[in-house]
Amino acid sequence: MIYNQTQLPASISYQFEIEVNDLHKSFGKNNDILKGVTFRVKAGENLVMLGKSGSGKSITIKCLVGLITADKGCLKVFDIDITKLDYNQLNKIKLRVGFLFQNSALYDSMSVRENLEFPLRRHSTYLSDTEVENAVTEVLKSVGLLDAIDKMPSELSGGMRKRVGLARTLILKPEIILYDEPTTGLDPITSKEISELILSIQKKNKTTSIIITHDMNCARLTSDRIVILKDGVIYLEGTYTELKQSENEWVRSFFE
Amino acid sequence: MTSYLKEIFTDSGNVSLIIIRFFTNILKAPFEVKELIRQCYLLGYKALPLVGITGFIMGLVLTLQSRPTMVKFGAEAWLPCMVALSLIKEVSPIITALICAGKISSGIGAELGCMKVTEQIDAMEVSAINPFKYLVITRILATTLMIPLLVVFADFIGILGGFVGMNIHSDISLFRYLNKILESLTFLDILPATIKTFFFGFFIGMIGCYKGFTAANGTESVGKAANSAVVAASLTIFVIDMMAVQLTDILFKS
Ligand SMILES: Nc1ncnc2c1ncn2[C@@H]1O[C@H](COP(=O)(O)OP(=O)(O)O)[C@@H](O)[C@H]1O
Ligand SMILES: [Mg+2]
Repeated sequence: MIYNQTQLPASISYQFEIEVNDLHKSFGKNNDILKGVTFRVKAGENLVMLGKSGSGKSITIKCLVGLITADKGCLKVFDIDITKLDYNQLNKIKLRVGFLFQNSALYDSMSVRENLEFPLRRHSTYLSDTEVENAVTEVLKSVGLLDAIDKMPSELSGGMRKRVGLARTLILKPEIILYDEPTTGLDPITSKEISELILSIQKKNKTTSIIITHDMNCARLTSDRIVILKDGVIYLEGTYTELKQSENEWVRSFFE
Repeated sequence: MTSYLKEIFTDSGNVSLIIIRFFTNILKAPFEVKELIRQCYLLGYKALPLVGITGFIMGLVLTLQSRPTMVKFGAEAWLPCMVALSLIKEVSPIITALICAGKISSGIGAELGCMKVTEQIDAMEVSAINPFKYLVITRILATTLMIPLLVVFADFIGILGGFVGMNIHSDISLFRYLNKILESLTFLDILPATIKTFFFGFFIGMIGCYKGFTAANGTESVGKAANSAVVAASLTIFVIDMMAVQLTDILFKS
C-alpha cells in the first residue's frame, strides 16, 4: 500500500474496528436525536443501519468522522477514542475512514479527474504525476467509469455521481467506509449495480463498512448484520433473515 | 430588539474568530499557491472591465460636474488636481470597493454557501483537507491583494476619464493635464488611500467567506448568504472609510 502512511501493523490486536458506546446528540433543548446509541462493528464486517427518515442515522456516522461533535459517549475507531483527539490526530483517522455522502458531494467546480486527484495530491505528495494518473485511472476502472474521466459533475447521472463519489473515497485506500444511503434516488437496476459494487469493494479491499439504506435489496445483498435505529437508540439487531421473520410488525414493515 | 442585538454580537464574535484563525493559519503549511493564483485571476482579473468602466465614468462625470463651480470661482486651472485628488482619495477606492462587494462578496458567499449546503465542505473535512485553508484563506488573500490593484487601475482610468471631460469644454494636452496633477499630488495623499484599500479587500473576502461558511442547510440560505454578504460588506466598507479618514486626519494634520 503506497498511498497511506498510517496503515495498521499486520496483527490487529483489537476485535472491533468501530465501537459506539452510549452516543448522545441533541440540537437545542428538547430536541434529543440520539439518546444512547450503542453498537460495534467487527473488522471486515458490513453493518447495515435501518431506521425511519430523521431518526438520526446520518448524524451517527457523521459523529464517527468528527463532522458533528457528540454531546456524550465514547466513539472508538481502530480502538482509539476519537472524541479525545485534537484536529491533527483526528485527520490521521479520517484518512483511514472513507465517507460516501448521500448526494455524493462532488466538487462542482472540478472535473472527475480533478475530484479524484484533489485528496490524493494533498495526502500523497511524494507521488509523481504518472503515479497519480495511474491511481486515478485504476480507481475509476474499479467503479466502471473510466470513460467519464474528463466530464464535469453536472454532466453525470445520479448513479455515475455515486460511483465517482465512491472512487474519490477509495483512492485514499480507506480501511473503513461509511455509506450514507448509497442507492437512494436510483433506479432498481443501478441500485443493484451499486450494491454489488459495495460488496465487491469489501471483498477486494477487506474494508469494514456501515451502510445506511432504505433499500431492502441493497440490505439483503450487502449486509452481514443489520441494526435498526428507533427513538434515538438501537432498537433491534440481527441478520437479514432473522429480522425478516421478526415477530415485531414494525420491524417486518421495513421488508415489505 | 434583543434578538437583533444578539445577532450582531454573535456575528462580530464569529468574525473575530475567523480573523484570528486567518492569521494563525496563514503561515502554516501546506500552502495552496495554485488555488491562490486561480482566485486572484477569478476575483481580480475578471473584475477589470467593470471597475474600468465605472472608473472612467466617475472621472468624466466628476470633471463635468465640478467645472461650473470652479469656473465661477475662477479656479478652472485647478480642476484637474481637484478631480484627481477626489478620485484617488475617495471616489475610486469607495466605488471600486462597493462594486467588488457586489460582485465578489456575493459571489464568494453564494459559492461557499452552495458548497456548504451540498456537503462539499464536509467532503473536504472528511478527506482530511482543511477547507478553511483551501477555500477561505486563499479567497481572503486574493481579495486583499487584488482590491488595491483594482483601485490603482480605477485611479488611472478615472484620471483618463477626467481628461476626456476636460477636453469637452476646453483644450488641454494630455501631457499638461498629467503634469498639473502630478505637481499637486503628494505622497501623503496617496498613502492613506492605498492602505485603506487593503482593509477593504480583506473585509470583502472575509465577509463573503463568513456568510458562505455559515449558510444553514437548504437552498434558500444560499441566496441569503449572497445577499447578506453584499449588505454587510458595503456597510463595513463605509465604516472603515470613516475610521480611515479620521485616523489620517489625526496622524497627518499639518
Ligand atoms: N444541524 C442540525 N441542526 C438541527 N437539527 C438537525 C441538524 N442536523 C440534523 N438535524 C435533525 O436531526 C434529525 C436526524 O437527522 P438525520 O441523521 O439526517 O436523519 P436520517 O436518519 O434520515 O439520516 C432530523 O430530524 C434533523 O432535522
Ligand atoms: Mg440521512
